[in-house]
Amino acid sequence: MNEEQVFTDTIAKDQRIEPRDWMPDGYRKTMIRQIAQHAHSEIIGMQPEGEWITRAPSLRRKAILLAKVQDEAGHGLYLYSAAETLGADRGDLTRRLIEGRQKYSSIFNYPTLSFADVGVIGWLVDGAAICNQVPLCRSSYGPYGRAMIRICKEESFHQRQGYELLMTMMGGTPAQREMVQDSVNRWWWPSLMMFGPPDDQSPNSAQSMAWKIKRHSNDELRQRFVDMSVPQAEALGVTLPDPELTWNADRGHYDFGTPDWDELKRVISGDGPCNSLRIENRRRADEDGAWVREAAAAHAAKKAGVAA
Amino acid sequence: MSDDVKHEWPLFEVFVRAKRGLNHVHVGSLRAADHQMALHHARDLYTRRNEGVSIWVVRSDDVAASGPGDKDAFFAPSGDKMYRHPTYYAIPDSVPHI
Repeated sequence: MNEEQVFTDTIAKDQRIEPRDWMPDGYRKTMIRQIAQHAHSEIIGMQPEGEWITRAPSLRRKAILLAKVQDEAGHGLYLYSAAETLGADRGDLTRRLIEGRQKYSSIFNYPTLSFADVGVIGWLVDGAAICNQVPLCRSSYGPYGRAMIRICKEESFHQRQGYELLMTMMGGTPAQREMVQDSVNRWWWPSLMMFGPPDDQSPNSAQSMAWKIKRHSNDELRQRFVDMSVPQAEALGVTLPDPELTWNADRGHYDFGTPDWDELKRVISGDGPCNSLRIENRRRADEDGAWVREAAAAHAAKKAGVAA
Repeated sequence: MSDDVKHEWPLFEVFVRAKRGLNHVHVGSLRAADHQMALHHARDLYTRRNEGVSIWVVRSDDVAASGPGDKDAFFAPSGDKMYRHPTYYAIPDSVPHI
């Protein structure tokens, strides 16, 4: 068998591709793009909730939120590490993010206007992320699949702390309940958009399915998320802002309305409510941290010189 | 990737012993200025939830590895030495404890 046959055969047998294996250039490029985009999403994803750490209503909520945002940083680092096994360079990926040459999830371009948003992000945004990510644990690229297993374990904490936070607020004053409903109204549709464009407008999907780096279509995962979320919304006592949302006994699924795909296109192409703020913060953090990275490297070089 | 980007910190591989009595297992990699910093980063990155009781870090460029192309030279010979396996030997069912 030649290299390409070994690659195809490995995928066909549902085995994993590992870093030093031969792989087609397209596979390598697609994996780097997918992993980098995911890593960037985790890192940018620290910002919307991070804004609430200093304003958390109790020490308990503050400690939880701090741990959660630290997890997002950790997830970003697992993923950059996986991207590096393909020959990508971490510094280069960060620069591509800052220069707008690589993307991150559209969801993080929406603002967090109240503390209820921390709960709704945990419940809906992390819930949607879990739907997307659980099948990725079986990605044909070994290092990515292994990073996803670690990430999925931790996402469960994220979703549960969010839902618990919302249950607490729903048991509070009418104003607190309104705050939760308002937050659900703002985040529901952007959460549905997290699964990407509808299947008939998703050009790269077929190749990604064949390579087993994508296991379910965008619309399948979106449906799964809606079916999961409806009973959770009922238990919480909030209304999902979609008049077309109804149980369809024939399909055994909920029918739901169509997200505003023009909005998704606008947000992805840079014209969302917070795009420039997110990138500006990332650029500043990178610049502000430069002297620390240089000082640590200088210290290490000096110590190595003394030891030698 | 572009040649002008030089990452200022080297790459380290991280191994974690989940509990006493088990081997250290590779869990991933990270960037750090030196070994001491790599250990601290490994603790923050890979053991936030009691995942381990001991950590090793090794500079990635110090790892020597067999390549996928070496598969036959390294691993094929074990395939024709079936007599190394206990199941190679036929023992009657009537013989106990063997």
